[in-house]
Amino acid sequence: MAELTINNATIRTTADDDTPLLYVLTDELQLLGPRFGCGLAQCGSCSVLVDGVETRACVTPVSILSGKKITTLEGIASFYAAETGQQAMTTTPLQDALIEEQALQCGYCYNGIIIKGIELLLKNPSPDDDEIRSAMRGHLCRCGTYPRIISAIHRAAEVIAAAKTTEAQSGEERA
Amino acid sequence: MKQTNDLPLNRRDFLKAGGALVVNFSIPALAQSTDLLQAGPPDAQQIDSWIAIHEDNTATVFIGFVELGQGASTALLQVAAEELDMSMSQIRTTGQDTHLTPNQGGTYSSSAIRVGRPQVQRAAAEARQALLAMAADQLGVPVAKLNVENGVVNAANASVTYGDLIGNRRFNLAITGNAPVKDPSTYKVVAKPMPRNDIPLKVRGEYRHIQHQRLPNMLHGRIVRPRGQGAYRDGVKVESIDTNSIAHIRGARILRQGDFIGVVAEREWDAVKAAQQLDVTWDRPRNLPGHDGQFAKMVAGPISDRVAIDEGDVSAANTAHVVSSFEGTGPYQAHVPFAPNCALADVREDGALVLCSSQDIYNTRTSVATMLGLETEQVRVQYHEGAGTFGHSCWDDAAQAAALMSQLAGRPVRVQFMRWDEHGWDTYGPAHVGKARVSADAGGKLVSYEYEGWQHHWSLVETTAQTASGIPASEWPPFPAMQLNPRTLGGMYDAPNRKLVNHHVDGLDYLKGAWLRSPLDLSFSFISEQAIDDLAWQLGMDPWQFRQQNISEYHWLGVLNAAAEAANWQPRRANTANDSRGSIVHGRGIGVGTHLASWGGAVAEIEVNTATGEVNILHLYGAIDAGLVVNTANVENQIIGQLVQTASRMLLEEITFNDTGVTSLDWSTYPIIRFDRCPEVTPVIVQRLNEPSSGAGEEVMAAAAAAIANAFFDATGRRMTMYPFTRERVLAALA
Repeated sequence: MAELTINNATIRTTADDDTPLLYVLTDELQLLGPRFGCGLAQCGSCSVLVDGVETRACVTPVSILSGKKITTLEGIASFYAAETGQQAMTTTPLQDALIEEQALQCGYCYNGIIIKGIELLLKNPSPDDDEIRSAMRGHLCRCGTYPRIISAIHRAAEVIAAAKTTEAQSGEERA
Repeated sequence: MKQTNDLPLNRRDFLKAGGALVVNFSIPALAQSTDLLQAGPPDAQQIDSWIAIHEDNTATVFIGFVELGQGASTALLQVAAEELDMSMSQIRTTGQDTHLTPNQGGTYSSSAIRVGRPQVQRAAAEARQALLAMAADQLGVPVAKLNVENGVVNAANASVTYGDLIGNRRFNLAITGNAPVKDPSTYKVVAKPMPRNDIPLKVRGEYRHIQHQRLPNMLHGRIVRPRGQGAYRDGVKVESIDTNSIAHIRGARILRQGDFIGVVAEREWDAVKAAQQLDVTWDRPRNLPGHDGQFAKMVAGPISDRVAIDEGDVSAANTAHVVSSFEGTGPYQAHVPFAPNCALADVREDGALVLCSSQDIYNTRTSVATMLGLETEQVRVQYHEGAGTFGHSCWDDAAQAAALMSQLAGRPVRVQFMRWDEHGWDTYGPAHVGKARVSADAGGKLVSYEYEGWQHHWSLVETTAQTASGIPASEWPPFPAMQLNPRTLGGMYDAPNRKLVNHHVDGLDYLKGAWLRSPLDLSFSFISEQAIDDLAWQLGMDPWQFRQQNISEYHWLGVLNAAAEAANWQPRRANTANDSRGSIVHGRGIGVGTHLASWGGAVAEIEVNTATGEVNILHLYGAIDAGLVVNTANVENQIIGQLVQTASRMLLEEITFNDTGVTSLDWSTYPIIRFDRCPEVTPVIVQRLNEPSSGAGEEVMAAAAAAIANAFFDATGRRMTMYPFTRERVLAALA
């Protein structure tokens, strides 16, 4: 019986040790973010962050996750705010940009797109086209919405950069 | 207004409780309420079947077409809001339910707007007319002196809301067909880029796809089949099962009827393990031709022929100035929705509830009822959106499997296909062999157009019904979308002599088939448009200009020119640019094509690595004329998706199989395009405010496939005769 830290809450799962994390998230906790796509770590629909690193929940047994910090789509805005030292937010700049771009079709892959996109933006807040394509390569979208996802990541990066500029300016003013 | 994809209990309770119920309703309560008296479809001739006005001056529109991520639920609300003079924030829709929503037919063949717009428009106009009559009566002012804004009827000195006039009561009026509809030139909501209702929920992780649904006291189920289907005729044959092989898995039960096998368990992971570890010996005949042998077998027959078109005399080609003969093939390709299909069922002695992703819930209701031995009206089917499916994937198969397993288990069951089930037991888009022969005179005018093609029809019986009930495999009767399509095959050109011959191959000897987005059209245009392109080359003409002078129909000319102009196409003969850097050569191509309605034109810019055989598509420009486009942002998104998917299908996608079964069973063995090779895309809409809406879900793929093929010739001077453009095939073509 494993103890897991998910979105800053500690839960005890009754799942067997070999159970992939995904089934605890979808069945025990009934979360809507991570979802089954292939069970083979090939597509990215089940992605979560484990200690900030994008991880495929469909092949990661709960037994190796004790003591690690798991973040799902439900907790991604809090995680992003904490990592960037900002006030609490309800959605990340990337999610806002995806809505602005009207990027989605069926939206099933967007759990993974958002998780991976946030991992990318935390490491590299202003990625160029090649860096986006390379970072996101492991996440499939059957609807073919890649072009608008790429635009949304650029848009989010612009919003992040603009916020930093404003912050720096107000900092200078205070100084 | 808060949007939800939950469903209300039934029509009576829904109206009683007003709109709030839609927001708060949850599936578990619904499971207890199979109310036989409420079985649909509701009468399509009644206003109440389409529209309910609530006391708070909001409206619910009941729509039979399903949301697939294509934005139909938003676009059809735009149509209703426009005719009702309500704002988008005052109007909502429900999910589809055979106890609730009208039967508008299946959501396929780009039908949601094409068929749905006039139906919703008519019902909403009728409702508005009835409301105006009520307002005139109440305010004592003639209808002609009333105007409506945001559901408020205004006279000179008084006003009344729709909600006050009829809130939560029924119209009890038949649709006369005489209510006036708005003049398109006055549209405020239609023909605008309206944000989709489902997107914020999906981005915030609050949307419930079918995979998120649960029923009280349910078991988790998985189907058990060989990895990869064999010949359709054979279905699945069980030789023996070793029940002890899963005895160690807690609570796992085997459910069997005939040759259908499923497993259930209390915990999902136990069901997954049981399905993988159950030791079944299958009878697997070695009677498939394999992907290498399929085309030769198709052409060898037996076949049944049908002359689809025979106008003039195509032997005129024999004396024409230039003739081009071109043969090509297209492979089986798969739907493979990003989430494998899922369905839930609660089957009892006197009725059944089925939650699934069927795009035709009334049709699914019939097939499930037959399998369960229930009356049609005893089965209630609800649609919940799955992952984008682009045609008939395993949704009926999954719905039937869930229903059967619930009946066998005596409890509600949730079935989700595994990745290899979905890849391996899909009803694939059928393979095709085609031969085109076209000719032109010295002035560059087409003389003749001739095409013959071989393919099988779609599979009628799902594998669950086939294996559990012993219903023999059979194909759909002839239907336009699964045969030669005279619109994509030369229909755009002014050729005076034309002939199309359809060769029907018996599909029972091949893999299961069904409609895959723009069915067969990619193969058709890949072959047909390369032949046309070759005539231009032989004549020394630019391929855009050659097409322009052979197309007089204004829709076709419109999309051809829109795509070329978006790409800033500069006329020249193909394969004369000499644009190469080392082993990388560049090319551009143009093409036209569609499905059975609308018009598509495309331009492709590609690069070919002549050393490695790798092809990359750099930019696709796609233009669609779909008559009046209700939501331009939706259609742009649809064009983008079509262009990216066409790139994927032309470069990567191919079902492989050997003599016993399918071997492409996951994203590694059936790759699709990824971020790194995704082309730039430019969507173009040719808007026609005064024409009927004709569908925009699939109509630029044929053109894009043709443009990619012709760009390859422009880059290399060689023609590809088969897609996808694998490195091996490219290197062979260049050798």
